[in-house]
Amino acid sequence: MSSPVSETAAEPLVAGAPAEPHERTGSVLTSLMRLHSRGEWVLIGLLVVLGVIVIPGLNLLPADSALHFPDYLIPLLGKFMCYALVALAVDLIWGYAGILSLGHGVFFALGGYAMGMYLMRAIGTEGVYRSELPDFMVFLDWKELPWYWYGFSNFGFALGMALFVPGILAYIFGFFAFRSRIRGVYFSIITQAMTYALMLLFFRNDTGFGGNNGLTDFKRLLGFSLQAPTTKLGLYVTSVVVLALAYLTCRYLVTSKLGRVLMAVRDAESRLMFCGYNPHSYKLFLWTLSAMLCGLAGALYVPQVGIINPSEMQPANSIEMAIWVAVGGRGTLSGALLGAFLVNGVKSWCTAALPYLWLYILGALFIVVTLFLPRGVAGLLRWPARAQTDETRG
Amino acid sequence: MKRDRDRDRDRGKGVPLCLHSLSQFSISVSFLFLSLILLLGLPSSSGATTEGKDLASLLHGLGAKSRRDVRQAITALGRLNDPAALPALEALGERRLRVDEAGLVSIKGEDGSLRDALSGETVELDEAALRTPRINNAVRRALRPVIAQLQLYAPDVGVRLAAAEELIKRPRPEMTDPLQAALERETEAAVRDVLAVALAQMQLQSEDQTARLAAIRLIGESGNLGLRPQLEALVATQEDGSFAEDDPEVRAAAEAALSSFERTQFLINSLGNLFYGTSLGSVLLLAALGLGITFGLMGVINMAHGEMLMLGAYASYVVQGVFQERFPAWFDWYLAVAVPAAFGVCLLTGMILERGVIRFLYGRPLETLLATWGISLVLIQSVRLIFGAQNVQVANPAWLSGGIEVLYGVVLPYSRLAIILFVALVVGLVWLILQRTRLGVQVRAVTQNRPMAACMGISAGRVDMWTFGLGSGIAGLGGVALSQIGNVGPELGRLYIVDSFMVVVLGGVGNIAGTVVGALSLGLVNKILEPVAGAVLGKIGVLIFIVLFIQQRPQGLFALKGRLAES
Repeated sequence: MSSPVSETAAEPLVAGAPAEPHERTGSVLTSLMRLHSRGEWVLIGLLVVLGVIVIPGLNLLPADSALHFPDYLIPLLGKFMCYALVALAVDLIWGYAGILSLGHGVFFALGGYAMGMYLMRAIGTEGVYRSELPDFMVFLDWKELPWYWYGFSNFGFALGMALFVPGILAYIFGFFAFRSRIRGVYFSIITQAMTYALMLLFFRNDTGFGGNNGLTDFKRLLGFSLQAPTTKLGLYVTSVVVLALAYLTCRYLVTSKLGRVLMAVRDAESRLMFCGYNPHSYKLFLWTLSAMLCGLAGALYVPQVGIINPSEMQPANSIEMAIWVAVGGRGTLSGALLGAFLVNGVKSWCTAALPYLWLYILGALFIVVTLFLPRGVAGLLRWPARAQTDETRG
Repeated sequence: MKRDRDRDRDRGKGVPLCLHSLSQFSISVSFLFLSLILLLGLPSSSGATTEGKDLASLLHGLGAKSRRDVRQAITALGRLNDPAALPALEALGERRLRVDEAGLVSIKGEDGSLRDALSGETVELDEAALRTPRINNAVRRALRPVIAQLQLYAPDVGVRLAAAEELIKRPRPEMTDPLQAALERETEAAVRDVLAVALAQMQLQSEDQTARLAAIRLIGESGNLGLRPQLEALVATQEDGSFAEDDPEVRAAAEAALSSFERTQFLINSLGNLFYGTSLGSVLLLAALGLGITFGLMGVINMAHGEMLMLGAYASYVVQGVFQERFPAWFDWYLAVAVPAAFGVCLLTGMILERGVIRFLYGRPLETLLATWGISLVLIQSVRLIFGAQNVQVANPAWLSGGIEVLYGVVLPYSRLAIILFVALVVGLVWLILQRTRLGVQVRAVTQNRPMAACMGISAGRVDMWTFGLGSGIAGLGGVALSQIGNVGPELGRLYIVDSFMVVVLGGVGNIAGTVVGALSLGLVNKILEPVAGAVLGKIGVLIFIVLFIQQRPQGLFALKGRLAES
């Protein structure tokens, strides 16, 4: 239902976005149109119009209007967009390359921390202690900024770091892991151990990221107050647009030749190797890209929720990300988006209405989906029509 | 006769000490008098009349309204060194002392009766009219060494030993003579050693060089690390760079004693690390053993395995509660029921899981991982609803509480010792099952080649069910062990699951030896790295090590040999 893409906004950007433009077709437009059928493009366009124009429009109506879209739902929807971006990243690596990561929560949180560090620096001297340093550093009696905080007062630098740090971590980790052909459950376990270790690291006060409490009490983003409804609306619209662009990029990737090779990695890695391909570099590329997408999602997420702390790195969170994708349907990008919206929608409603039941529902989702819905909801709906026919197996 | 013999034995070690302290004897005539009496034997409370009166009036002083007077009375009682004052002093510290209008001091017993502080006879007094002397920290500080000093007369060896150790911790110059007296009277070698150290400590600052050197040597030999600061003070330099201690011989002796302390400290640390590492490793081993077997057999990672630990721990909590309620007399033996109960509960849960969920997912390990994670969520939430989200406490039976002190500062708790033994037993049993029983042969056959084993008539499904049950049951036993060394909460399993996976990765799958070595070495490395790098950095270091290790040996420490096709 939800693969919002803005045709008009996306077009000029997407042209440069694909990492490996290898199509020989002349026009960018033609290659773009090849990604989807005409009907699907219409659907995507409608969804993007709904997300970027209709909902903000309704939100800007006067509060007493019957059609007014409530303010509190805007950051919630923005949050969902970030989750959907994460689901996209997880699906890319799991659905198409068959690598189940239980560590994407770390990449997400690292991106969030990078943005959080910018937001902390943007507070300036308006903190509780009226100091140039972030409050928690004053509290710890630190006299000057640690070196790894340098530069984070610059928004562009912070945004770059939100992509770079998860990317480089993933690259190094993946380099060693793929090189020794760790795969399947082994790989999942190792990523989980990485998650656990990093969570412990960020829980320490000495690490310099606010310890247990994380980073919070943000005031401004690029000069706009984070409390203002218009800022929230802006962040939401940005999230929708970024999600749409990311979707198109991923779609481009998986329908390209690269995507075919990756699916071959998933389905018969040994055979692929005998054909003369080196799966190592394909996997490493996709793995790093996926981590960077997650970092981007984290960077969008933090200003909307106003806090980032180490509990985002809990191993449980990373596993939950996998279930979004599993519910929606692995190996279909739109399915991943759908799953993220579905699961998080139910979660938001359920943790408010029936908090005791949520863990049962989540647990049951894990069991039922793996037992009875190996292709997720997307498999049930047989949508989109061009979904992969081969069933994904781990 | 006996005392003579003791004195002879004394000469071997403590001659300089005796000589030296004799020279201090002349401080006051009354001291000499008292000490002579002490040397002759234990003075009875009703002995000399003048003394008895003295004691009575000093006890009177304990009931004084001003805390300063109380402190003075305590100090005077210490000087008097009469164990008859001990009950009153102890009562003062425990706020059981009562004073009436006339200043008569009595002790309130645990049964509520009042006894005279000196004679111990029951007295009839109106409790409402009595006052409890108030004490503060200054009074307590004065009280503690005096109580310890008088406890040196206690008939119980343990009390005497504890008192002597207390006196080492709080040295006061006026203790020299009572200590000397106690040392000469003492017959128990262990107590004598401690008393000698206590005395030596007093003599560190004496005038006599021989006595000081002997004292330093004695302290160095004792290995009593608590005295380290005193020795360090002897070798310290002042601000202007000169030594605080003028005598070079004393400095050299102190240096020697300190370096012997270094060795002791190192020994203690290594021993402690070894023990706690083994203890941690053995718990990990119980957690990882079942995980490794099921992974080897079926290629599935059971994310709900940690919850089996948790269920086992809660099972022992329930059994413990039932014993507390119904059979308090048998409480010490509740573990005998808790162990099979925990094993049974987890065996059953494991078999139900295998039949109900996991067997449908064979060949899809990643899905199994997710499904078992879902199961773990359901289990955690169920336990939370039944037992509450708070941690519960499982009481140790009496025979598991306490521990043995093997060296100064190294206490090995019985509970941890018992766990190590228990784990060794369980591992032995599992080995027997796998190597010597029909099920074991079938498990190994299916692990090595599932289709071929099935062709030979082995019902692979049945083997899977039992193996999964067995693995879960072992985790349940681990839960019982965990309940003895920490609190039990719904999230208990989560703490151990990542580490047990690491054990499996490190040790390789499907063989016990690898799991044992993996678990113990992980436990040891964790404990050794902890003081060096801190717990968190230690963990990260271990993780990096494992990732690099897999580069070299992807199949783990002990790879199964044979025709095992790589998946």
